[in-house]
Amino acid sequence: METRRLTLFAGHYGSGKTNIAINYALYLKRAGYPVAIADLDIVNPYYRTKDSEQMLSENGIELIVSPYANSNVDLPSMPKEIYGLVCDPSRYGVLDIGGDDRGALALGRYAADIVWENNYEMLLVINRARPLTRTPEDTVEVLREMEQAGGIPFTGIVNNTNLGLDTRAEDVLSSLAYADAVSALTGLPVKMTCAMRSIVPELNDKIGNLFPLEIQKLYYMLDSEVRNGKTDI
Amino acid sequence: MQEKVLMKGNEAIAEAAILAGCRHYFGYPITPQTEVAAYMAKKMPKIGGTFLQAESEIAAINMVYGAASTGKRAMTSSSSPGIALKCEGISYLAGSDLPALIVNVQRGGPGLGGIQPSQSDYYLATRGPGHGDFHVIVLAPSSVQEMADLTGKAFELAEKYRMPAMLLADGTMGQMMEPVVLPDPVETVPEKTWAVTGTGCAREHRIINSLDLSPVNLERLNLERFKRYEKVEAEEAMWESFLMEDAEICIVSCGITARVSRNAIVAAREKGIRVGMIRPITLWPFPKKALLNAADQVHDFICVELNMGQMAEDVELAIRCRKPVARCNRVGGMIPSPDEVLEAIYKAAGKEAGK
Repeated sequence: METRRLTLFAGHYGSGKTNIAINYALYLKRAGYPVAIADLDIVNPYYRTKDSEQMLSENGIELIVSPYANSNVDLPSMPKEIYGLVCDPSRYGVLDIGGDDRGALALGRYAADIVWENNYEMLLVINRARPLTRTPEDTVEVLREMEQAGGIPFTGIVNNTNLGLDTRAEDVLSSLAYADAVSALTGLPVKMTCAMRSIVPELNDKIGNLFPLEIQKLYYMLDSEVRNGKTDI
Repeated sequence: MQEKVLMKGNEAIAEAAILAGCRHYFGYPITPQTEVAAYMAKKMPKIGGTFLQAESEIAAINMVYGAASTGKRAMTSSSSPGIALKCEGISYLAGSDLPALIVNVQRGGPGLGGIQPSQSDYYLATRGPGHGDFHVIVLAPSSVQEMADLTGKAFELAEKYRMPAMLLADGTMGQMMEPVVLPDPVETVPEKTWAVTGTGCAREHRIINSLDLSPVNLERLNLERFKRYEKVEAEEAMWESFLMEDAEICIVSCGITARVSRNAIVAAREKGIRVGMIRPITLWPFPKKALLNAADQVHDFICVELNMGQMAEDVELAIRCRKPVARCNRVGGMIPSPDEVLEAIYKAAGKEAGK
């Protein structure tokens, strides 16, 4: 994927935007770009960019996030630094947009400047394993709602079909036709297909635009969680 | 069997309720359960169901009362402060012997508290959430899969015993995403012999009401209700035993803290400490017998909770204080790490070894 100054990740909530945004920011940083990541998610209270604050700062990536994120204050406010990033052509920005149309509404504040500069990718993150985006038609419905709310037309698709840590290579492979169908319905190219690093070796020679993901860990997530036993409910 | 999907706990509840035949959802948004309402808002209109955002939590629970009176599967969902508001309506449901599902995705309290996970509504849920003598069936899921499975189970139990059921999850359970295999759809919800559906001039009126001004009658109703509760306590308690066969220490924990504990137990066993867990799945009825049996086997209990030790009291009651029950608690939205639980296990093991 060609690098633009601003890369925006949007999608149905739980599609994996935050994880991809963090990975993409790391990717840009390693490629030598001065990069900042901005969390525009004013909807979700848990699992946010701020959970990876320490890792981002260790990697020299600026994190722009509401001062209230991950606090107990459920206040949907946007930090002024986002506007700074949108309007400063010397920095590269990765923007993590909130889920669904309600989450994308906050983007409208910056839409005019982003579209005017015209150096951006607006990417729709899709996951076929999510119940409300199981079919290409339902996925396009989410896309249209978000476009209307956010005011920025999409430029591409990121196929992030996964079942969390249970994802197998065949889950990703079997989602390719779905991503192509979304692409056909919208006329947008599939810019990336994401997969967690552990299954990348099985996919490398089968998918051209593969983007390996490091799964961002939360403090109470464990390397190998002992799952609940089977109970007869 | 349905295909595996990736869901948030809150979405799993909503979809499982729809699959269980629920077509009437009344709610009011509050973090961290809002996705239940958001999912219902998207899905219900497409399947001919009712999604209604009420003007308040109190309005929503009374709409549930109305829908439940007609024998339909009805539900509401909220988080701790919102559930406190619903308590009046829950008492009316119990007083009218109506089945319904109330979902509580708990956050820290008291008062407005915070929006991060907690289990501090344990007392509220298990002691009868509202005024008067009554119980609701309380189910405590510990995975997204159980969020789905217990939702259908809650409707079934509620109808079997004609009483409200509460799904008591913590904020983490509501927000976390896991692969889940959804249950098969319920084709027909059982007909009710008591539902108010119009007489069609062909039968006697049925009346749904919690008011009875005759002390004699009201006492009789209460006694009859508690006979039913006895049956629930005898027959419906659910729990999971984990590595209890040779355990000398028993952890008691539910929801997210049971999962943290599980990792601590495995770590402790690597150090040769024989520790296991009894995970209550129903909090009312509480798995008293399983715990009492364990009291003959273990020298210490440890109760791991996201509150100041509410379930620990039920453990002490269940085992009749035969063994010490240590507390391992975090509150305010904090979650204990496996190391903190491990520390509590060391303490119990060390005490026994005379260290």
